[in-house]
Parts: sequence; structure tokens; C-alpha cells
Amino acid sequence: MTTGWAESEVKLAGESLYFMRAGRGRPVLVLHHDIGSPQRLPFYDALARRFDVIVPHHPGYGRSARPQWLRHVRDIAVIYQWLLADLGVERCSLVGLGFGGWIAAEMATMAPAAWHRLVLVGAMGLKPPEGDIFDQAIVSYLDYARAGFHDEVAFARVYGEVSTDQLEAWDICREMSFRIAWKPYMYSQTLPHLLGGVRAPALILCGEEDKIVPVSAGKRYAALLPKARFETVPRAGHLVDMEAPDELARRAALFIDEN
Amino acid sequence: MHLMYFTEQPMAAYPADKGLEFGATALMFSNKHFDPVAGSRLYNEYLEQYIYAEEQGVESFMLNEHHNAPFCMQAKCNIFASILAAVTKKANIVLLGNPLPLAENPVRLAEELSMIDMISKGRLVSGFVRGGGQEQLANGVNPAFNRERFEEAHDLVVAAWTREGPFRWEGTHYQHRVVNPWAVPLQKPYPRVWIPGVLSRETIVWAAKQRYPYIALNTSIEATKAIWKIYDEVAAEMGYESGPENRGYLHQVHVSDSEEKAEKNARQFMWMQGEFTGLAHPVWSSPSGYFSPEHRRQFVEFAVGRAVSPRGRPTFEKQVADGRILYGTPKTVIPKLRRVLEETRPSIYGLWGNDGTVSPADARTCIRLLGQEVMPAMREIGKELGLTDPFEKNAPVHYKYSTDLKRMPQAAE
Repeated sequence: MTTGWAESEVKLAGESLYFMRAGRGRPVLVLHHDIGSPQRLPFYDALARRFDVIVPHHPGYGRSARPQWLRHVRDIAVIYQWLLADLGVERCSLVGLGFGGWIAAEMATMAPAAWHRLVLVGAMGLKPPEGDIFDQAIVSYLDYARAGFHDEVAFARVYGEVSTDQLEAWDICREMSFRIAWKPYMYSQTLPHLLGGVRAPALILCGEEDKIVPVSAGKRYAALLPKARFETVPRAGHLVDMEAPDELARRAALFIDEN
Repeated sequence: MHLMYFTEQPMAAYPADKGLEFGATALMFSNKHFDPVAGSRLYNEYLEQYIYAEEQGVESFMLNEHHNAPFCMQAKCNIFASILAAVTKKANIVLLGNPLPLAENPVRLAEELSMIDMISKGRLVSGFVRGGGQEQLANGVNPAFNRERFEEAHDLVVAAWTREGPFRWEGTHYQHRVVNPWAVPLQKPYPRVWIPGVLSRETIVWAAKQRYPYIALNTSIEATKAIWKIYDEVAAEMGYESGPENRGYLHQVHVSDSEEKAEKNARQFMWMQGEFTGLAHPVWSSPSGYFSPEHRRQFVEFAVGRAVSPRGRPTFEKQVADGRILYGTPKTVIPKLRRVLEETRPSIYGLWGNDGTVSPADARTCIRLLGQEVMPAMREIGKELGLTDPFEKNAPVHYKYSTDLKRMPQAAE
């Protein structure tokens, strides 16, 4: 079943920002990984069958232009607050995937009472108490994307024969990640102190086979967010949305619809 | 002609089989294979070779630095420069160079260089480089801001050298409350700055805009000519005429007392499997954001093994055939050097004499023959061809000190 996605571009903070939107219901902002996002994903479609889903490309990733001045992941969080304000979207739920989970967590801390639900999946942003966030700088684009999956078959299903265009897109994503999250790599030293104010219930999910973000980081989120639940997804790596789309959509939807 | 002796100062005592086994000899190749006893011996041997070189008539030492790799032991070129400033008497100390983006505090770098210039009594040439990709990763420096940091650090170093302090620096990558170093260069307005490079067009353009000599690192004759074409065009746009004083070249040249021995030792230029910056994964040598966006497509294919390196990995025979590696006795090598001088007309010339596991005795023979026979012949050829170096020409240290600029076209014309 196909879902009708409307594509838009808006100018925010001086640069063009791209987003897709589909579905009706409660608003849900989905924030993609550090390797960008394929244009369509079954996970997005599954969510759009129940919710009003907005999927932006982060500034400097995918189809959104790179603001040369951008220096911190928190800057992206501010740009998305701006986007939601312009769209008149309130009581939004945030679904943050990996790197997008960090952005979602930053957004949550900026406006502690503004959100309906927070779903963080393999979220970066916190220094894991055990292990380190996998450093993409020392492996190729292909190996990094592959490391995001538990099952090689799932990688092939999503990316197929990887084109040179895709490699270039990954390089552009990587350059932007370096520009804003080089040191400390993929986490904030201040975020853990700020999560305590967040009012929205949070669902913290980790793929049991995540090789990119240690599960200990997810547990730390669950410990720091006041109303958090921690769950794992079996047989999934870091890219849970690509590897187990239906399972993730089911759990996220149940949580967002919970009263 | 300004003639320099150079060696990468290889950590030749590392276990090469372990490098082959690991598949890389840079960045991630473990330093458990570094033997400090051999390291101590080698550092001292290399220092003695520079001192010997001066005794044999070598007028200039070229020094560089690299990190996390056996192909070059010099982790901080200012250390050897400081020692040589004190223990040698006449030779210029040419740093090619300090990797500017690695400097977290360019003011401290400016102080170090000023001290070297004063201790050496004005013998410093302070080249600057961007540093390879591995150097950024080895030092935790963001590759995406490499060029911005290079340019801003340069501006800050020059300001620290030339502006009366105290002053304040509020830049993009560097902020300093007080810039007022109590060490300034002996040479005025400041020590000559030369810029080495391999293929990056932006660096050539930047060097030409500063009017800094560009030193082509072991490029083929054709590639060198392409570099001068870019440089000359920018110079013309800037209103000055570039010439030999703007051109430098680093060349792998091993000389010995017999052809056979020279060939055997010249093969050591390939000791790092032909990669003179060590075997590395492409994403280490060119991390995202480090290279020019115009090379992105070619590079990503290389990074996943679909294309060959933009720099290539030519064989020994190929590099000998295209002249990038020269070897022989002075008698056979000098005519070949003449051809390079005639074709590319540089006035600054680095002779990279010894690499890999060339024995200390053979290294000394090479240095002696370079100093006593090859370099004097090159000086004569240089005179004949009018290859006047920046010192002889009293060329401006920087564009802003130019006194010969052609009138620039007015906007209204």
C-alpha cells in the first residue's frame, strides 16, 4: 500500500530545509540517522497510516542545504522547533532514530512541557557508561552502513546494490556529522544534566544487536528521563527502523496512542 | 638555486611483516610495534646525518612531520629544527612544514618558530601544510574545518609575528584574549613561508595569492607543469609575474658510488609498498570534509574499492620511467636532474636522498655525493638557466610586501 507523501521545502535560518509529510492524526516528527534516510521507508508508511507524520532531512543531510555556520546538534534541534512553530504543530510526538534520537532529546529538554510522547531508538547523544559509540571516521561508508544492521539480508533489502550517488550522499552526511558532532563524538556533555525536566513519557528502544550505540546508552536515557520505559528489540541492530520496521512502528504507535 | 637535503626519517626498524599482516602502516597500525631502543638509535643517526650534510656542503635541510606511522619518525618538526638550530652553523632549516590545522594554539606555534629563528640566527624557512587526513584523525582535529583552520591559523601566526602586541584575536576557529608573545622572529618582516603540496588546486591557488613559493612533492614532470600553470595564472591575476623563485620541487634521488648499489637503495623508496604516507584506508587519508567537494565522486568510489587512488600507486619501474625516482652515480644522475630543471624551472629543490632501510654508511655516501658533486653541479645549471631562488632574488616574503605589482585593471574599464 502506498502512502501519499507531500514534499516541501522551506527556508529556515537562511537555508532550504526539505521535509515530507503524510497521514492524519496526532503529529509525529521522525528524525533520521546520521547516514541520512532512503527517500521512502516502510517504517514511515506504517506510522503515516495512523499519524500525521513529518520526516525532515536534517540541515546538511539529504535534500536539505548545509548551513555553513551550524556547529552543534543543538542547532538542528532549534531549527526543528522553528519548523514546528511555522507549521503550527503542537503537542507533537518525537521519534528519534540513532543520531536523530539525540536531536529529539535536545528538543525535549528545550521545551520540557511541549511534547506528547518521546520515542528514542538507539539514540546517540549520551556518553555510554559502557563501551563507545562506534566511530564512523575509521571505516568506509559501506562498512558503516552495514554495521548498522544485524542481518546482512536487511541491508541488501534496504540499499540493494549501493550506487555511487548513495556513496556520495553518505559522504555528505558524514561531513555534516563531523562538522557538528566531531568532539566529543556523537554525544553531549551537558545533555544528561538537562533531561530531568522533560515531562513527556518516553519509550527508550534499543536493537539487541546494536553495534553502533551501546545498549548502556539507552539504559542511561531511561534512568535520566523522569517518565521513561526501556525496551529492546530482538534480532535488530542499530537501524531498527530499517531492519524491523513493522515491529518498531507497532511499538511506537501503541506508545504514542497510550493514555 | 636553493638546494635542500631531505629524508622522511623512516622508523626503519619496525616489523614490516606485521604491517603487511595488518594491511595498513598508518593511523591504526599499533604502536606496540614501535621499539624505542631502535627509535633512540635512529633519531640520533638522523641528527648526525644532518650535521654531516652541512659538513659536506649541503646548504639547507628540509624537515617535515607525520603521526602514527613508521614511514616518518618526526612527530614534531620543530623539535629537530630546534636541535639543528643549535648544533649547525650555516644551513637553512626549512620546515615543510608545520601542519597548521593541528595547532590548537597558533600563538604558541608562532613562539616556537620565533625561537628557532632566533636560535638559528635567522636560518628558518617556515613552511606550512594542511596535514594529511591521518594527521587530523591522529590528533583529534576536525577534518571538515581543515582548510578554514589552515588559513586562519596562518593569519594568526603571521599577525603574532608582525603586529605589535598586545592585541586580541576573535576568529572563527581561534580566539585569544591576549596575543603578545615575547619571542618574535629575527628575520623581517618574517621568515620565508613555503607551501608544499601534492594535488590540491585550492592550496596552489592560495599559495599563489600569498605569493608564497609552492613546493611540488614528488609529482611527475607533467603534473608539475600543470601546477605551475595554475600558479602562474593566479599570479597574473594578482598582478605579479611568477617565476623560478615561486617554484619548488621535492625529488626522490639516491646517489651512490655504483649504479648497482644506487638501484638497490633506490628501491627503498618503495619500502612502504610505494605509499609514501604509509598504507592507509582511503577514509583515513581523506576523511569526509577534508578533500575538495569536486573530487567527492571519484573519492567515494576509491574509498569502497571501486576505483583506483586519485594519486595512484605506481610501481618502482613506472616511477623510474617517469622520472619521479632517480638513482645512479652523480655522473648519471646530474644530466637527468638537468632535464627536470630545464623542463619545470624550479629554484627550490629538495633532494630526498634516503628512505627505508638504507644503511647509515650508504646514507652518508649519498649525502656526501649530493653535497660535494650533485648540488654544486645543480647550482651551476641553475645559474645557466637563470633559476634564481627567493633569497637571491630578494623576492617579497608575502604578496603584501610586493613592490612590482602591475597596475590592476580598474573596475570601470
